[in-house]
Amino acid sequence: MHVPDGFINAPVSAVTGVVAAGAVGLSLRGARKELDERTAPLAGLVAAFVFAVQMLNFPVAAGTSGHLLGGALAAILVGPYTGVLCISVVLLMQGVLFADGGLTALGVNITNMGVVTVVVAYALFRGLVKVLPKKRRSVTVASFVAALVSVPAAAAAFTGMYALGGTTYVPTGTVLTAMVGVHTLIGLGEAAITAATVGAVIAVRPDLVYGARGLTAPLKLRVGGELVDAAPATSPGRARSPRKVWITGLVASVVLAGFVSFYASASPDGLEKVAADHGMDKKAEEHAAANSPLADYGVQDIADGRLSGGLAGVIGVAATVAAGTGVFWVVRRRRTADADAAASARAEETV
Amino acid sequence: MGAGHAHRLYRRGDSPVHALPPHCKLAAVLCFVLVVVATPREAMWAFALYAALLATVAYAARVPAGFLLKRLLIEVPFVAFAVLLPFVAHGEQTQVLGLSLSVDGLWGAWNVLAKGTLGVAASVLLAATTELRELLLGLQRLKLPPLLVQIASFMIRYGDVIADEMRRMRIARESRGFEARGVRHWGVLAKSAGALFIRSYERGERVHLAMVSRGYAGSMPVIDEVTASRAQWSYALTLPLSALAVCLLGWFL
Amino acid sequence: MTPPAPAPEAASAEAPSLEVAGLAYAYPDGHQALFGVDFRIGRGERVALLGPNGAGKTTLVLHLNGILTAGAGTVSVAGLPVGKRHLAEVRRRVGIVFQDPDDQLFMPTVREDVAFGPAAAGLRGAELEARVREALEQVGMAEFADRPPHHLSFGQRRRVAVATVLAMGPEILVLDEPSSNLDPASRRELADILRSLDVTVLMVTHDLPYALELCPRSLVLSEGAIAADGPTRDILADENLMRAHRLELPFGFDPRTVAAGA
Repeated sequence: MHVPDGFINAPVSAVTGVVAAGAVGLSLRGARKELDERTAPLAGLVAAFVFAVQMLNFPVAAGTSGHLLGGALAAILVGPYTGVLCISVVLLMQGVLFADGGLTALGVNITNMGVVTVVVAYALFRGLVKVLPKKRRSVTVASFVAALVSVPAAAAAFTGMYALGGTTYVPTGTVLTAMVGVHTLIGLGEAAITAATVGAVIAVRPDLVYGARGLTAPLKLRVGGELVDAAPATSPGRARSPRKVWITGLVASVVLAGFVSFYASASPDGLEKVAADHGMDKKAEEHAAANSPLADYGVQDIADGRLSGGLAGVIGVAATVAAGTGVFWVVRRRRTADADAAASARAEETV
Repeated sequence: MGAGHAHRLYRRGDSPVHALPPHCKLAAVLCFVLVVVATPREAMWAFALYAALLATVAYAARVPAGFLLKRLLIEVPFVAFAVLLPFVAHGEQTQVLGLSLSVDGLWGAWNVLAKGTLGVAASVLLAATTELRELLLGLQRLKLPPLLVQIASFMIRYGDVIADEMRRMRIARESRGFEARGVRHWGVLAKSAGALFIRSYERGERVHLAMVSRGYAGSMPVIDEVTASRAQWSYALTLPLSALAVCLLGWFL
Repeated sequence: MTPPAPAPEAASAEAPSLEVAGLAYAYPDGHQALFGVDFRIGRGERVALLGPNGAGKTTLVLHLNGILTAGAGTVSVAGLPVGKRHLAEVRRRVGIVFQDPDDQLFMPTVREDVAFGPAAAGLRGAELEARVREALEQVGMAEFADRPPHHLSFGQRRRVAVATVLAMGPEILVLDEPSSNLDPASRRELADILRSLDVTVLMVTHDLPYALELCPRSLVLSEGAIAADGPTRDILADENLMRAHRLELPFGFDPRTVAAGA
């Protein structure tokens, strides 16, 4: 699913770039709570794992290429924020080192394969863990389902971007069918590997699975032959304030709303076909030919009422994230006025 | 980093391109790709000029053409898509060798192929002339957030560890008479993935503890300061600047 | 980059190099490794920590510089309590040499590896160079500065590992199984180096003759607690104590007939 340079037009690349930068910015902030000294290398390992997993490429008919994504694994093992960072690093290094995925398409790639998979997988995972009985087995089951759904979700997101900013006009329905169809199959493989890995890790080192942090029993210490209660370890997963959970949920639902409303209105490609048959495609063709990278934002589709809903959703998300990032940078800049203070603060937080 | 400081894409050498500070090279490649992507796809001659620019760089870096072309194979999955575009795209059709092809699709295929290939070639040249460790230092100097650099450096270290453990586990499996053949054995392979994860983690964890014990707090300490002189910057930026000139010509001609 | 924070409470000159009190710890999977460890080591002492496999030696070592956080009890280094507040300073003062030098050496050249610690503490330029050269000379490896560590022999790698820690100017040197996998000549060279150093040494080992050779005093860690503390020669000669804690001398070795190390 790596999008090469010149595949998605400049405006959409730029917007997704902003979305991706915003998501990475938010994640950098959130990851400080998820990562401590012991788990920092875990993030690197997850990234390496995802890197290896993404190397298995299958060509997909109307998409670019299909492969396992690894977003669900990352989200469950190291937490959603760090998960986004891991995938972003993988995509960056693939772009720079192996030229897999264009550098100018980095925003598209990070948004699709990093943000969408992680958000979908983690939301689903958390929900399932809450609903299922509090056992380790449930974590494995939840990770299977989360991984299974996250891959076609990313494929759908890709189709959305392609419909908005593809440099070549291919009917959305064709892209959607091909991408989601193939990626549902890939999702099965992804689910098997994710569940097996999470299951193995939780059996041996439950302390390494972020998503299972609420499940460990309180520890006892034997001091001088007597059992005393150990001070309960603080679990970062639980320690978040309700406000932050609320904000995260909101952002996630806005992202989902954007894509879902887009599909609710755009998926009946039969309509498109009818339009084409009746000569309405002439207009679209004209715009498609004027398809330089700086062509207007989604011209061929913007007149289409069916799309405006989805478009509005995505623009809304972009604006939200952009504003959020702006606030974040301002806050951060004020905070980092004294570089040394910030550095020592970071050291303390990561420690 | 670790044993991973020399990677397969890297080609040892002492050319002027090898000697450039990594952040200059990174910036140059990024700007070059941006310029290429912003070029109108109808200006075919511009892409030929870009290819000539990259060939000059390859010559200066003493990277042989065969090496470069072999590494370009990485984009084959994208080519598979580009080839399909003329068949699935809509719009005005044209007849080529008795096949009905979409004009827009043909332009699209050309667009993806040309820009993709140039992007891949630029990245391959960067990887061929820059060591991984240098690349990470370069990213750090370009102000990539330290947490990302840290994850990237662990990722590269673990890449070697994983490959190593994978080999050992395969030997252990095979010496007990197991060979992965067909779908029936996927379960075993999926279980190995879990075991592989734990084993790799615990090996890397020990290295990490050793680093933390010596005061590592999230970013690699700067041991040898790499600073780029004005001359080095201008040398590195020759590539994107000449590309920019070509691109502007492409828009106005 | 975090420059070393100035020690908030100046360590008093009288404080012992290392003091451990009531230390208990259980791993997150529920396995408990330490059940209340107490001991203190004075400045300039060389002490061996003896114990069979699985006694909790490595777990204890990871508490000394705050990598593991005590479930109960305290650790202090030269009067400075090990905790989140003073972590950077504690890690500079406690130099741990891990069992496997391949885990310890992760930079492309010996020089960069030795420079890692001081550079992380904020040292730069000529000062850094001097510190690296000094540490390498102390272990007799100065001429290998530009070699990649994985091209050295095992014994040389362990000496470089010691240098990486010495370069940080530690208050106490903690060695985890320093003699493992060494041939007799490398073993003797390492012993000579350790004897020549002017720092407090805690040597974690089950190599009893090496402990007797280097350390006048020994602690026995068994089942997560200190079972004995005294002169090394007396402990090794106490057959009941030795048997009770699964410590065995090599065949034909009699501690009473060997001249103890000073």
